[in-house]
Amino acid sequence: MKITFLTSLLAATALSASLAQADTLRLLTWGGYAPEDVIAKFEAETGHTVEVTTSNNEEMIAKLRATNGGGFDLAQPSQDRITSAQEEFGIYKPLDMSKVNAALFIPSMLSATAKNTTYDGEVYGLPHVWGTSGLVVNTAMAGNVQDYTDLCDASVTGKVSYRLKRPTLIGFAYSMGLDPFAAYSDTAAYQDILDQVEAKLTECKPNVKTYWGGGDEIKNLLRSGEVVAAMAWDTGGWQLNADNPDITFVAPEAGALGWIDTFVLPARGRADDAAYDWINFVMRPDIAAMITNTAGNFTAAVDGDGGVSADLKARYQGSFDQAAIDNIKWYPPVPAGLEALEGATLDRINAAN
Amino acid sequence: MGSDTSRLGFYLLLAPILLWLIVLIILPHIGLFIVSISEKVGPREFETGFGNYATFFGEPLYWRTFARTAIMSILATALTLILGFPIAYYIAKLTRGRTKTTLFLMCMIPFWVSELVRTFGWMILLRETGVISTALQNLGLISGPVELLYNDAAIMVGLVYTSILFMVVPLVTTLDSLDNSLIEAGYDLGGTSTSIMREIVIPHAMPGIVSGGIVVFMLSLGNYLTPILLGGKDSLWFTGMIYTQFITRFNWELGSALGFLLLALSSGIVFLGLKLSRQSLSDTMGRA
Repeated sequence: MKITFLTSLLAATALSASLAQADTLRLLTWGGYAPEDVIAKFEAETGHTVEVTTSNNEEMIAKLRATNGGGFDLAQPSQDRITSAQEEFGIYKPLDMSKVNAALFIPSMLSATAKNTTYDGEVYGLPHVWGTSGLVVNTAMAGNVQDYTDLCDASVTGKVSYRLKRPTLIGFAYSMGLDPFAAYSDTAAYQDILDQVEAKLTECKPNVKTYWGGGDEIKNLLRSGEVVAAMAWDTGGWQLNADNPDITFVAPEAGALGWIDTFVLPARGRADDAAYDWINFVMRPDIAAMITNTAGNFTAAVDGDGGVSADLKARYQGSFDQAAIDNIKWYPPVPAGLEALEGATLDRINAAN
Repeated sequence: MGSDTSRLGFYLLLAPILLWLIVLIILPHIGLFIVSISEKVGPREFETGFGNYATFFGEPLYWRTFARTAIMSILATALTLILGFPIAYYIAKLTRGRTKTTLFLMCMIPFWVSELVRTFGWMILLRETGVISTALQNLGLISGPVELLYNDAAIMVGLVYTSILFMVVPLVTTLDSLDNSLIEAGYDLGGTSTSIMREIVIPHAMPGIVSGGIVVFMLSLGNYLTPILLGGKDSLWFTGMIYTQFITRFNWELGSALGFLLLALSSGIVFLGLKLSRQSLSDTMGRA
């Protein structure tokens, strides 16, 4: 009796384990990166099933840290947040490039991401979706806002919003003529930049209506006209532009901040094959275009912009001319420990009156 | 044999609550405590020490935010009591039968939707382009839009609204148990409404007031959603700070220490409240 029970238990465990290995891809990603129709197509083609959890950079790392890299089979953090998280928490595993169809990726982006996500000689990240953050401006009411520091202008008092997070510090630093990325490796120089930005943001505080937290919150504030200029993502601006032609994304004079969201394998993921299948599937030009049309951002797929809607392309070209593209400041990998300095600065800005 | 079976039954009945306590409360707290006493010295390197606790006391921001959160929670508790007491008195003493049930139900209906939805409801009412601002403009009472959201008053409204039920319910229960003839006797002996309220009703309702107060205080202190969504750029809240440490700063060590301090300090405030009102925890929780 006992033996039968034990064997059946073992059999059941083995069965469920093998099923999970073959079939279920637990994807930790951003909203819009895994649209329903793409998942349906993938499931029909490969037989895998996909479970999607949407999140953001910090929560992805926190979730994986809580389980030592378990619970998910594929994650999509931004490329600058991979090596430090790997160094501190060891939550990812290296990629097997032989399982990736490298021809699907734009070569320059593939090599740049590989360079930025190399830790201890191993590559951890593949590029997927890229975009920028900059300014979303209601041009009818705040046409003079062209740069991050213009948010502190008296003409927009009480009608401005930004996040109290690291992109705001970086953006303001560039706008003030500083170069924070160059100071990444020099803690003292970086602290000096942070102190200057802190003074500026504290002085700017009366201009701010509220610090926004989520993408929907800032879109509501801009749509209702309660906020006329904000620091936000390009896609948010383009989505609002579809509803109200006055509102659009403006690439700041100091340069938009460019990010690339990647594919990484969590250390204790159980369905690596399914993960590679998903990567090779979504990087196909036709699928990449479907994702761009829902997420609003372009991908690192070769010819991925072919099937993108003409409206989105027009909005993109309206915000970025060639000079603005060349001026994009791409986030280099954040050294471990830098975020503690930024955290203290952000706390002080939040507490200042 | 008989006593053996009854003891087995006793332990079986005890098992779920013991499991609950150990697995879901005691073990996580031990884990949290261990995390809170490890200081980070480098990537994947930790030392044991109380440095994270020292950070709390050394950095004015943290204890000021804590004091702010505690004071606002106490204020919210007082406001909830002032608003909740007349409601509870009316329901318990001045109505009976169906009216009583209906009124009680009306207090409860808002709690059938989630806290998030209720908070968004307040955001729709209070925002610059929201219901109240628009209505006031249409009535000609104000000339331009007015922003009622993103300040401490908005947080207070949200907190009181979120927790008023937890004040009304224990108050109704204790006031129900007050015999009406005692109030009548008070009037017969020449008491005024004020003196009867002071000498008879409030002393009788004290356990309900205290237990309602404890629950509302704890709910406000530990509330995360309402202060974050309704509060403005200066509205720091201690739970928000713990969230930031855990999620955006990856600093679980300090976050755990802050969590423990919140537990200790809130227990201290409740203890002080019980002492000041000369109630004991078992009395208030047992009777209400």
